Amino acid sequence: MPSLFCFGNRKRGACKAAARTRGPLPCRRIGGRGGPYQSGEVVEQLQQLVAEARERVEGATDLKALDEVRVHYLGKKGALTAQLKELGKLPAEERPAAGQKVNEAKTEVAGLIESRKEALAQSALAEQLAGEQVDVTLPGRRQADGALHPITQTLERIETFFAGLGFRVAEGPEVEDDFHNFEALNIPEHHPARAMHDTFYFDAHRVLRTHTSPVQIRTMEQERPPLRVIAPGRVYRCDSDLTHSPMFHQVEGLCVDTDITFADLRGVLSAFLQAFFDRDDLATRFRPSYFPFTEPSAEVDIQCVHCGGDGCRVCSHTGWLEVMGCGMVHPNVLGHVGIDAEQYTGFAFGLGVERMAMLRHGVNDLRLFFDNDIRFIGQFGQTG
Amino acid sequence: MRISVQWLQEWLQIDETPEQLGHRLTMAGLELDAMEAAAPAFSGVRVGHVVAVDPHPDADRLRVCRVEAGETEPLIIVCGAPNVHEGMRAPVAVIGAVLPGDFRIKRSKLRGVASEGMLCSARELGLADDAEGLMSLPTTLEAGQDLREALGLDDTILEVDLTPNRADCLGMRGIARECSALLDRPLHAPAMPGVDVASDARVSVVIENPEACPLYAARVLEGLDAKAATPLWMTERLRRAGVRPLSAIVDVTNYVMLELGQPLHAFDADRTGAPIQVRQGKQGETLTLLGGDQTVKLSPQDLVIAGDDGPLALAGVMGGAASAVDASTTRVILECAHFAPRALAGRARAHGLHTDASHRFERGVDPTLVPQAMERATQLLLELCGGQCGPVEQVGATPASHAEQAIVLRPDRVQRLLGVTLEASEVERILEALDCRIETSESGWSVRAPRARFDLEREEDLIEELARVHGYDALPQTLPKPVAPVTPESGLRSLRNGLARQGFHEVISFSFIAREAASAFYPDVEPLALANPISSDLAVMRPGLWSGLVTTAAYNQARQQSDLRLFEHGLRFVPDASGLRQEPRLAGLLGGRVAPEAWEGEAKKVDFFDAKGTVEGLCERVAGALGFRAERHPALHDGQSARVLVDGQPIGWVGRLHPALCERFDVEPVYLFDLDATAVVQAPVAQFSPLSPYPSIRRDLALVVAESVAAGDVLAAIDELGLEILQDVRLFDVYQGKGLNPDEKSLALGLILRAFDRTLGEQDVAGVTDAVVQHLQARFNATLRQ
Repeated sequence: MPSLFCFGNRKRGACKAAARTRGPLPCRRIGGRGGPYQSGEVVEQLQQLVAEARERVEGATDLKALDEVRVHYLGKKGALTAQLKELGKLPAEERPAAGQKVNEAKTEVAGLIESRKEALAQSALAEQLAGEQVDVTLPGRRQADGALHPITQTLERIETFFAGLGFRVAEGPEVEDDFHNFEALNIPEHHPARAMHDTFYFDAHRVLRTHTSPVQIRTMEQERPPLRVIAPGRVYRCDSDLTHSPMFHQVEGLCVDTDITFADLRGVLSAFLQAFFDRDDLATRFRPSYFPFTEPSAEVDIQCVHCGGDGCRVCSHTGWLEVMGCGMVHPNVLGHVGIDAEQYTGFAFGLGVERMAMLRHGVNDLRLFFDNDIRFIGQFGQTG
Repeated sequence: MRISVQWLQEWLQIDETPEQLGHRLTMAGLELDAMEAAAPAFSGVRVGHVVAVDPHPDADRLRVCRVEAGETEPLIIVCGAPNVHEGMRAPVAVIGAVLPGDFRIKRSKLRGVASEGMLCSARELGLADDAEGLMSLPTTLEAGQDLREALGLDDTILEVDLTPNRADCLGMRGIARECSALLDRPLHAPAMPGVDVASDARVSVVIENPEACPLYAARVLEGLDAKAATPLWMTERLRRAGVRPLSAIVDVTNYVMLELGQPLHAFDADRTGAPIQVRQGKQGETLTLLGGDQTVKLSPQDLVIAGDDGPLALAGVMGGAASAVDASTTRVILECAHFAPRALAGRARAHGLHTDASHRFERGVDPTLVPQAMERATQLLLELCGGQCGPVEQVGATPASHAEQAIVLRPDRVQRLLGVTLEASEVERILEALDCRIETSESGWSVRAPRARFDLEREEDLIEELARVHGYDALPQTLPKPVAPVTPESGLRSLRNGLARQGFHEVISFSFIAREAASAFYPDVEPLALANPISSDLAVMRPGLWSGLVTTAAYNQARQQSDLRLFEHGLRFVPDASGLRQEPRLAGLLGGRVAPEAWEGEAKKVDFFDAKGTVEGLCERVAGALGFRAERHPALHDGQSARVLVDGQPIGWVGRLHPALCERFDVEPVYLFDLDATAVVQAPVAQFSPLSPYPSIRRDLALVVAESVAAGDVLAAIDELGLEILQDVRLFDVYQGKGLNPDEKSLALGLILRAFDRTLGEQDVAGVTDAVVQHLQARFNATLRQ
């Protein structure tokens, strides 16, 4: 608090040091006796008062006691304030000097109080801090972690890649009719490929879709080229053992335009596989294969992500892993949906999502995906 | 298909290692599945010539043989095999030989007689699974010759996985054709001399259904010795192809099938009953199949070969036991026919059968093979078993085929499909190597595919052949012309991510469930049932997602994981009058504690309001007013169950699983919700509304109402007032007990007031609170709590 009487630019510490060199004096009530005032007497009294105040300031153990000390010396009726009032009794020529001395004393005491106050505040804060100390090694508090199913994460990863190439997500029913699941895909009744599908059926015309390929047909029934769609979803086969689940997931892709080639198919799928496995140098190879709804048809192998192509248990010591089927859309399929196969060409592909997720995350048992043990799902965090 | 590289070499020169050949086949679409040696490793085994067999002085069952094995003197070998005889040739393992299983042959004494080696059975050499006595070698083999060399045992078998369109490769001839194209090397088919017809024995044939069997050839062979031994080269080839040698006659039919791809069948001519009829089966007919272990019931869908006395064989699948050849057979009717794939499709499977013949006929056999295979089999039979053959009785005609239609192949179409221009010379080379006949035409080429290639019907099929033989990996890679990227769907993603951040684990459960589970959770729905379920636990399509969630909860609780927040997104299947509704749902389950176990003490258990809060969060951005109405659901606790409404329309449910179901599914108490995913995913774009610069004022009221009054109705009633400056109402306490009548409760409401044009004054506050209190008094007989 700046004192009204502080004329000089003196530092509080200087006052304190000056006071200290004079040593303690007995406490006496200033102005307690009568008689004419003399400046020498004033100085002496001031010194005593300051010394006394110092003692009391130091003896104050809390802010309240300290405030009482302040009121006692510096308040309206305080001892030092009283000294100022006494100045009138001095001869006029001594007044300025004596006044200065009184002000110096007041400044000094105020300084003592201020620094004591600061010290007290600091120790109070220290005490508060000490009382509020926590064991920082105790576990933090938060909501338990959840996680998306690794299949969903894999699907999102696939969808995001293809979205960048302009492929929109299309969906279709899971209880599908025979026409969309087989006929329209160039798999007539009695075709050997039907036996390979292990179909779940409901009646003569309804089946559980055995692949996501019928979404190709449904899309092309609704829309005309140019088309770029992917169809993720659940598919079903009547087969259940260590490596087969009666329900699993596929992503079908379809791209139809006036100028789509087999070279485009290879380019897109190689880029996809490299992006999916985060490996710019991932080797892929395309092997001729057979699907009734594509011609030419291919299976896509990637260099084994487990052994890097040296051969291991995962790749049956071939160095390669089969991951996708694909091909150029068969003219009969385009014909079924009334798209002119002379004007338009297209490619289609399909992949098994569980297999992709197993390879990416090193999952070694297909069944884990459908046990839904939260210890398993929780391992896959929220992203990636 | 198992390919012996040695056998293949009879058709064309192979310079490649088996690995290289296997790789080339794989990259041409004939995927190499496995590769194995024709014989296990053994050494020191030679062709032995048994020149003398003497009895053992001290053992009745042992013989002392003198065996020429390329040494200056015959070896003395003690042998216990019953079939050892003078003049026989058999494998002999000399001292120092190592047999499979690291079995070393040492000099030894058997009952006092020193033996200088061992005469071997086929089993001891790893060439057969079982064997009676010594392996008898052809007498043409020179004694002392290394056995591996003599029998060509240093051979590799490539097992390739054929796709259903490549039935042409189900014979050595087709494989050789393919290899010739792939390796660009000429094909030289082995000589197959014709036969002389020396007998006039005939068989008559009647085809009742020419569509199913367009062509049937048969001939009679007489004077055969059915006991003749099949020569070693043939049994070795059969063995390497995975076919068990049986008897000379059967071996020959199998051999020709493996060589040319045409299945054949031999009937014992004395057990058939003429004429041979090709007809559909009749209801009530049965046929005991070869081997006699299985009798099948025939139906009109089956195509059969029959004699006067009934069915003799399931056409193109398997012969019958009654007309089978055996050791006593001398007269044979040899059948070589073409059956249409459509006529046989699924028939073998229908009887639980799958045979080499049915596998081929279902996929398609080149019908022009019939005369060639007939001649080849006759020639081999006469060679092996002696006798003479009668003329071929051939009924029907080679069926018309797509191959007669020339396919137009245009170079620009090749370019448009493959994205690369192939040289005309390369196109012609590949097609010719594949046995296509080509002529150049105005638009490119006019191509006739070989009959064996059922899969070559149109231009695209030929283009695939070009790409395949040229090599897919030798074709370019490009990207289609760029288009604007698509923004991935975000509604469902953000809801899913939001749930995951709230501690929910996403699950994926089977879409089919047990019928009992469906009726327990959704008794009002008659679920769609699978005709061929994999088990009774997976028998009907789920009418909702709760059964899967509850089962998953029980699974996890049984594994000491009881703090559960689960959700699933997927279809439910509800049959109704108009058909089947397949609707996406978003459903969840909560159980256990609100927060994870921590050092501060036990956290509260989740209850109805945690589930409801989750639903409120999911519906936060739905356009329309969200509401909850107490309503019973068969799977939920009667007193803790609500319909979720948007603008009064039901979109789902929230509630506590019914205790009876908890017990039945062995699960701790859990809370469930189920929402129409389409309704919650469709969130409108957020629209800005202005912010007031003036401060808000809060006024709290405690109102006493009857216990039966629903808090939601009280809040709705305040809303009805439409007070402009009443910005929000917060229900911050519900109290019952001391100070109130037992049938009363106190609701503590915080009214948040704010205007957009001024700082509110005491008068505004009083106006609102009075209005609220009066309205609630009128509606619910509410009083201010003293």
